[in-house]
Amino acid sequence: MGISKRNIPVLLLIALVVIVQLITAGTDTSFYLTQLTMTAYYSLVIIGLCLLMGYAGQLSLGHAGFFAIGGYVSAALTTHNLIGLRHNQLIELLNKTGLLSMGQDIYGEKILTVIPWAACLAAILVTIIIAFAIGKPVLKLKGHYLAMATLGFGIIIFRFAMATEYFGEADGISGVPPFHLLPGLTVSGDFGARISNYYIAWGLVLLGMILSLNLVNSRVGRALRAIHGSEEAAAAMGINASRFKLYTFVISAVFAALAGVMLTHYNGGIGPSEASVMKSVRYVAIIAIGGMSSLWGALCMGVILNFMSLRGMFGSYDGAVFGAILVAMMLFAPDGILRLPLLKKLWRKNGPARN
Amino acid sequence: MSLQLFTQYLFSGITYGILYAIVAIGFNIIYNTTGIINFAQGEFVMLGGMCAISLHEYMPLPAAILLAVIITGIIGGLIEIIFIRWLDSPSVLRMIIITIGLSILIREAALFVWGESVRSLPYFNGDAVTSVQIFGANISPQVLWVIGVCSVIVVGLSLFFQFTYAGREMRACAANRTAATLCGINTRSKITWSFMLSAGIGAVAGCVMSPITYTQYDIGPGLAIKGFTVVILGGLGNSMAAVAAGLLLGIVESFSIIVVPMAYQEVISIAILLIVLFVRPHGLFGSSETACLQDF
Amino acid sequence: MALLEIKNLSRSFGGLQAVSDISFSLVEGMIKAVIGPNGAGKTTLFNLICGNIPLSAGTIRFQGQHIERLKSHQIAALGMSRTFQNIKIFPGMTALENVMVGCHTRSRAGFIAAMLRLPQTFREEREIRRRSLELLELVEIPQTADCEAASLSFGQQRAVELARALAAGPSLLLLDEPAAGLNIYETAELARLITKIKELGVTILLVEHDMSLVMDISDEIVVLDFGRKLAEDIPARIQQNRAVIQVYLGDDEDA
Ligand SMILES: Nc1ncnc2c1ncn2[C@@H]1O[C@H](COP(=O)(O)OP(=O)(O)O)[C@@H](O)[C@H]1O
Ligand SMILES: [Mg+2]
Repeated sequence: MGISKRNIPVLLLIALVVIVQLITAGTDTSFYLTQLTMTAYYSLVIIGLCLLMGYAGQLSLGHAGFFAIGGYVSAALTTHNLIGLRHNQLIELLNKTGLLSMGQDIYGEKILTVIPWAACLAAILVTIIIAFAIGKPVLKLKGHYLAMATLGFGIIIFRFAMATEYFGEADGISGVPPFHLLPGLTVSGDFGARISNYYIAWGLVLLGMILSLNLVNSRVGRALRAIHGSEEAAAAMGINASRFKLYTFVISAVFAALAGVMLTHYNGGIGPSEASVMKSVRYVAIIAIGGMSSLWGALCMGVILNFMSLRGMFGSYDGAVFGAILVAMMLFAPDGILRLPLLKKLWRKNGPARN
Repeated sequence: MSLQLFTQYLFSGITYGILYAIVAIGFNIIYNTTGIINFAQGEFVMLGGMCAISLHEYMPLPAAILLAVIITGIIGGLIEIIFIRWLDSPSVLRMIIITIGLSILIREAALFVWGESVRSLPYFNGDAVTSVQIFGANISPQVLWVIGVCSVIVVGLSLFFQFTYAGREMRACAANRTAATLCGINTRSKITWSFMLSAGIGAVAGCVMSPITYTQYDIGPGLAIKGFTVVILGGLGNSMAAVAAGLLLGIVESFSIIVVPMAYQEVISIAILLIVLFVRPHGLFGSSETACLQDF
Repeated sequence: MALLEIKNLSRSFGGLQAVSDISFSLVEGMIKAVIGPNGAGKTTLFNLICGNIPLSAGTIRFQGQHIERLKSHQIAALGMSRTFQNIKIFPGMTALENVMVGCHTRSRAGFIAAMLRLPQTFREEREIRRRSLELLELVEIPQTADCEAASLSFGQQRAVELARALAAGPSLLLLDEPAAGLNIYETAELARLITKIKELGVTILLVEHDMSLVMDISDEIVVLDFGRKLAEDIPARIQQNRAVIQVYLGDDEDA
């Protein structure tokens, strides 16, 4: 494709990711990589949600739910011992096809669990099915109704995680095994695998970013923006608005679920707080601050705020800080921080930047 | 099921149902004058309860409740004046995000002031074990307080909107804000009043419920989603239908314990919300035609 | 054969009969104008034809196919495009991108292909861009290609909308008051443009208040009044029609 103007930000991001890693290595501060890795996974959620909110114009206050579906399904499948069921025909079949793995727990007990690859695919599949089932009726709604319906979906997932024994109730699931992606590449919180995990996470962000940028600059992306502008006019152009909204919803759910799977294997567990409404609100907040329909804006804000939050910079005021940011941004800069009147002038001078 | 158990569940359902109805009416009052769904509505209930509990240390219960209601009402009014009043025809999305942000801020402030501890007001009559017998079931007098006070609020509000000048002006705002302004009604102050009123009745509910449901800094969102379910069941903006819908939801929820574990109770009411949104977004009692006219 | 055939079409809003019992047909290659006073039901007629609102009664056939149960986007995909009375340009997109949206039905790239930017998607995109630029040239505003569409002048926005509608390569084009808000020079330009579009083989149904424009370019005229069809004829005879004159000039004519 050659180095076109559009690829420059992507190349800059790659350079930045490498430089940050080298700096942490040089200054012996590689403990930052842990939070940077987690930040990357949260950013993946944000990229996906930005497609839905910023481009298709559909609010979702339940995206933490999809993150949790991914994380929980993967965690549950890779930790629950199926040894008692090993004579079950289905389990036997799965075992023969290599989808299960036999191991030992810390007490030397034999355990039979689903391998992470299979669990990951199952998690994505479950997410796609749920996203389709929920998205179809939900996306017919608009405004407050849409907000409440997606919020309700998020709370249901949260309650299920909290109340179901299979998902560990309030404690969540721990002891999730490492995820061997490829030979030599393993998603785990292992101290030695810190650098490779940093690159895996940011590699995924890059991939997500490139796919999303391609999408918004295509026929599909134009259709989404057209729907956002006027559904009536979009339909007159032959655009099937409900289908495009639904597919975008599913794609953004898959982004969230994938992030959930990866972060769960990285952390070795997942708890119900990942499904909480507050998390969903946070994702929305970051996209609003980033300027709604700006993938780069959302990514920047996602990285900055998540990193600061994960480093504990807001202390016990974490929630309050996000609340204050939400209110302040919507009051004074509803078009995002980059569109603040002051910054706007600079922006204009340096030429219009799209996406 | 014995009559005794049935009555027990029924009263529990009515108590919660009426609480949800009050939250729903709070939503409707603000929605009717501004077109905004105030996501911080549940926080008003929490603030009312918390303020009254703190004030009760220094003064008798009735005074503490009265003062708590007034304080919460003023906070509601201030929120409108500081955050909402000067926005120039904000989009629905913007208002959703602002009120969500406000609910977070109020909650975090409450966490800062009152901590995570679970508190409650004392029972208005007797204590936790005092009870009156109704059909063999033991009903706490507090339940009767809740039902009584909330009924007074509902009747009082409907009289206020029907017969007082201020109430009629607020209804005029609701029907057509531009026309109301042209008729010389000060719509801005009416909107502030609607926030105060909405916060105030939320606070009353928060006080009378406190001995039964307890009060904690984070009860707001749960109440808000139940309240919104009731709003949708009754049809957005329809306060009288909200009472019926509230009772319906409360009773369904209460009896659902028979078949569903307690931990999934919230799932039930939200599932109801989703189903109603999907099949009858204009509510059980509203007509689809009027719902179509409302522009979302 | 008629390209568009409307039979006994009716639509009411509550008690108001916005369109009642209208029938007419449109032969391929002609320009037909729909005229009538404000509120006569012209826009409603358009909305019914292109599936924007459901009809109360009647049938609509397009290219021989019944379309009254189809959704708006399905009808568009069959080759019917429209412009709107109050411009519905897509804000936040450039003029060129607006026109590119119009190519939607002529291109295929789905979500996966678009995300992966497959070679064929890349080629398709280039083709869409080329075609859209051509259309901007056709409507004579190529210089606006990279301007934010919402920032263009009123006349230019109308032109963008027209190019956008043409981008789908429609066999039938519905124009709802295309000259509204244009000055006489722009209107003259528009008349030339519409004739040019007709020569490209596009059949046109046109709602317009500007009588000189209508009389100049249309082959046939349908007159609506209070949702009913008052007359249907060639322009020269419509001008003589007493009922039409009465509607337009009131009873003053006799005075
Ligand atoms: N969505 C609608 N709801 C109610 N009435 C409508 C609606 N659309 C149009 N009308 C009414 O239908 C009649 C015809 O309107 P319209 O088709 O816009 O007229 P025209 O385009 O000929 O000026 C008008 O009286 C208008 O008020
Ligand atoms: Mg019209």
